[in-house]
Amino acid sequence: MRIAKQSLIGKSFPKLDAPERASGRAVYIQDMVLPRMLHGAILRTDRVHARIVAIDTSAAERLPGVQAVITANDIDNVPFGHGKDNTPLKGDKVRCIRDEITAVAAETESIAREAAALIRVEYDDLPPILSVEQALRGGAPLIHEHKQTNVAFTYEYSHGDLAAGERESDVVVQETYRLPYVTHCCLGTSGIIAAFDARGHLTLYSVTQVPALYRRDMAQICGVPPERIRVIQATIGGGFGSKLDIYPYEPIAVHLARRTNRPVKIVFNRQEEFVASPTRQPTEIRIRAGAKRDGTFTFREIDFTHDNGGYTSWGATTPFVMMQAFSSLYRVPHVSMHGKVVHTNNPYAGAMRGYGNLQATFAVESSVELLAGELGTDPLELRLRNAQEPGETTGQGIGLRACGLRECLETAAKRSGWHQKRNQTATDRPRVRRGIGMASMLHVGGGAKIYRSDGCGTILRLDDFARLTLITGSSEIGQGSETVLAQIAAEELGLRFDQIQVLNNDTDVKPWDVGVHASRTTFIAGNSVRLAAREARKKLLSAAADQLRSAPEELDLRAGKVVRDADGEVLADLGKVIRSLHFGGKNEVVVTHHYYEPPSVMQDQGYKGDVSAAYAFATQVAEVEVDLDTGVVKVLRLTAAHDIGRVINRLGAEGQVQGGVVMGLGYALSEELQVERGRIVNPSFREYKLITSPEVPEIDIAFVETIDPEGPYGAKGIAEAPAICTAPAVANAVRHATGGRFTALPLTPERVFSELKQ
Amino acid sequence: MIEIRFTLNGQPVSARVAPALPALTLLRDSFGLTGTKPGCGEGECGACTILLDGRAVNSCLLPSALLDGREVLTIEGLESPSGTLHPVQRAFVEAGAVQCGFCTPGMIMRTVAFLRERSHPSDDEIARSIEGNLCRCTGYVKIQQAIRAAADELGVGGTEGGS
Repeated sequence: MRIAKQSLIGKSFPKLDAPERASGRAVYIQDMVLPRMLHGAILRTDRVHARIVAIDTSAAERLPGVQAVITANDIDNVPFGHGKDNTPLKGDKVRCIRDEITAVAAETESIAREAAALIRVEYDDLPPILSVEQALRGGAPLIHEHKQTNVAFTYEYSHGDLAAGERESDVVVQETYRLPYVTHCCLGTSGIIAAFDARGHLTLYSVTQVPALYRRDMAQICGVPPERIRVIQATIGGGFGSKLDIYPYEPIAVHLARRTNRPVKIVFNRQEEFVASPTRQPTEIRIRAGAKRDGTFTFREIDFTHDNGGYTSWGATTPFVMMQAFSSLYRVPHVSMHGKVVHTNNPYAGAMRGYGNLQATFAVESSVELLAGELGTDPLELRLRNAQEPGETTGQGIGLRACGLRECLETAAKRSGWHQKRNQTATDRPRVRRGIGMASMLHVGGGAKIYRSDGCGTILRLDDFARLTLITGSSEIGQGSETVLAQIAAEELGLRFDQIQVLNNDTDVKPWDVGVHASRTTFIAGNSVRLAAREARKKLLSAAADQLRSAPEELDLRAGKVVRDADGEVLADLGKVIRSLHFGGKNEVVVTHHYYEPPSVMQDQGYKGDVSAAYAFATQVAEVEVDLDTGVVKVLRLTAAHDIGRVINRLGAEGQVQGGVVMGLGYALSEELQVERGRIVNPSFREYKLITSPEVPEIDIAFVETIDPEGPYGAKGIAEAPAICTAPAVANAVRHATGGRFTALPLTPERVFSELKQ
Repeated sequence: MIEIRFTLNGQPVSARVAPALPALTLLRDSFGLTGTKPGCGEGECGACTILLDGRAVNSCLLPSALLDGREVLTIEGLESPSGTLHPVQRAFVEAGAVQCGFCTPGMIMRTVAFLRERSHPSDDEIARSIEGNLCRCTGYVKIQQAIRAAADELGVGGTEGGS
C-alpha cells in the first residue's frame, strides 16, 4: 500500500469541536453544575456617583435559602485592574452604574436574585461627571480622589518633525470624529464557578481568555497562593476581548465560596451582560493631516480622548494600538499624537476586538478621504502612492517584512470594479444614490510583546497507539485555534485528525501562554506546536529507521504510518514504532515540548520598537445605496482583501473575515450602547441593534498570501483584522454617495437623514 | 404547581411545574437538556429555539404549562438513536457555520423547522429564516451556506435522518 504526500496547509477543515457544539453536548459555564453548588447574585448600584452611607442586608439574610450576604466590610477588598482602582465590592463610594455593592449566595439563582433585591442602600449623591469635557474642566469633582486628577493616563507619541511636515504640505485637512460605545454581545453571557477543595485549593471554572495571567491576578485579588489555584475554562460562548480583564463578579464568587465553604456559581443574565460587561471606548479624535500636491503624505497630528468611565481596565492601554495606525498606516514621515484616557461616571470600558484600532483607523481613513478630495485625486491612487513596500521600517520602528498593503489595495479595487463604480452615484431611482468607498488597516499579526515574554508553550505526547495529545497553552474561544493547531501537528507528524486530541483548557495541564489577544494564537501557538512537532518527528523517524534498518531521511510519516519517502510505500504502523521505544528496551516515551518566543521587542519609552513579529494588512471596499428621503444606508457588497500571510485553515480564515466584517458593519451602521446621565438605556437585544442575517451583504474575500518569514508556514494572525476597517470603508462609501461629512458613528437613518438635511 | 405530560424527544414524560416556569428552565434544569441555550431570556436572540409540535419557538418565553399534551423536540433529539448527526447538524459542521457554538443549537432547530416547510427555499428565504436568531461570531454567511447545503441534501434525499 502506498500513501501519497499531501499537505494540509491552506485547505479547509471543519472545526474539530463543531460536532460537540452542533449536537448540544458542549458544556458552557451556563451548563455546569457541581454537587452542593450555590448560586450568587450581585446587587449593583443605581447611582452613578455617590457616597455609600449605609447598607441594610437584614431582610436578605432572613430569606430562607440564603447562605451568605457579603459587603465590602466582610472581605479583604483588594484593589485590582490595570489601574488598581477597582475593588470587588464598593465600600465607600460608587463611581458608575455597574458598581457592585453586595453579593448573595443562595440555594437557587432565583432566591439569590430575590435576596439581592431586598438589600437597601442609602447614598449621599455626588455631582456626576457625564462627559470627558466635564471631567477635564477646572475644578471638576474628582472620581478617584487619590489620583488628584480625572486623567487616568496620558499618551504622547511622535516621530519626525511636525513643523517640517506642515511646511512640506500643499494641502491640510482637519476633522473631529466621534466613535460610540459598543459592546461585545457574546451570545454566551459571563460566568464563573468558584470551588475550594478540602485542602483549601481553589478551582475556578472560568470563561477567561487569558488563563495564565488570570490565575496570577486572581491569586492576588482573592488572597489564595497561585500554586493553589487551578483554572479550568468551560466552553466559551464568545470572547472578542471581553474576557481579557478580570471583573468584580469573579473575585466575588471566590469570596462567597470561601464564606459558605461550598461551590458558588455566578452567571450574568442578558441585562447584566449589557450593563456590567465591558464596552469599547467611546473616543473623540481630532486629526489634522497634510499632503504634497503629488499626493505624498507629509504629516498627521492627532489629539484624542477616551472615555475611561469609572475604573481602569486593560482597555485603557488601547492607545498603544491606536498609535500604530496613526504612525504607520501608510507612509507618513511626521506624526504627533496626544491622547488622554479620562475618568467619568460613565460605564467603564474594556478590551474589544481591534483594541482601539477601529477608532484610530476610522479617523485615519476618513482623513485620507478628505485629502483625496482636496487634491482631486482618486482615493485608491492616493493610498497606493503612500502604501509601504516590504522591507520598510515605519517611523515607529515597525518592521514590515512581508507587506501586502499594495496588493490588498489593488486586489480589493479590481474585484469590486472600483474605477467604474467610482464614477457613478446615480441609480434608476432619483432619491437613491450609490457610493463606493475603501479603507485599509494595519494590525499586529505576530503577537505583541507587551510582557517580557510573548510566548506560548506546547507539550506533545504520543501514546502506544499513536494517539497524539496536543497540550497547548493557548485557548479556544470559538475562533478555531484548536483546529489550526491540530492541523499543524498533523502536517508535521503525518497524523489523521482522529488521532489527535487537543487539551487547552486546564492550567494544571497546559504550559504558560500570554492568552488569546492581539490576534496571536495562530502565529505564536502555531509556531510552538510546529517546533514541538518537529522534535517529535525527528524522534519517531529515528526510531523507525532503527527498526526498519533504514535512514531517517529516507522515511516519512503519512496518515499514521511510516512510509518510504520516495514512493509512499507503507513500511510500518506508527504505533508499533512508538511501542518499540518502551517495549524494546530503549526505556523511552514520545513526549516533546517547545516554548516559542517570537523575535519581537518591547517598545522603548517613546513607544518605538518592533513590537510584533509580523503585521497584517487589509483593504476593504464597501458599496452602498443611500436613500436620501429616509437616510437608510444599505450595504450592497463588501470586498475584503486580507494579507494574513499563508492561509492555514481556509474555512476558518473565511469565517473570521465574515464575522469580523459583520461586527464592523454593526459598528458602522447600527450598534450603539446609549448612555444617558451615566445609565445604559438600551440593555437588550431589542434596543441594541446587532446586524441580522438578512442584512448581511455579499462578502467577497480575497486572501493576499504574502509569505511571512517567521510565521508558521508563512502565516500571520487574522482575528481582529477583519473588523477594523469596515466602518471607514462604509462611511467613505456613504460620503461618496452623498457628499456628506459624517463625523460620527453609527450611520443610523436618523443621523444620515439629519446630516443630509443640513 | 401543575402536572404536565408531553412527548420529549420521542419519549413520554411528565413533570410538576409552576405553570409560568419558562420551558427553557424546565428542559435545562429538570431534564438536563442543556443543549438548549439561554442567550437573553426575552425572546430576542433565538439561542433557546426548540420545536413545539414541529414549529420553532423561543423556549425562554414559553410557559411550561403550554407543553402539556404537545410534542417537544430539542437539539438532543435530532440525532439518530445510534448517534448519527442530523443532516442539518452535519451541514453546520461541514460548512464552518459553528464558531463559539452558543447560537448553534437554536440556529439548527430553526433550520430544521424551516426546511420542513420550505424544501426548496430561495437565498432570500434562507437569509430571512434565521432573522430571529443572533450570531456574533460567523457573520451568518456560513450559516446561510449550511442551510443551503442541508436544503439540497434533504431535498434530494426526500426524507430526514434522525427523528
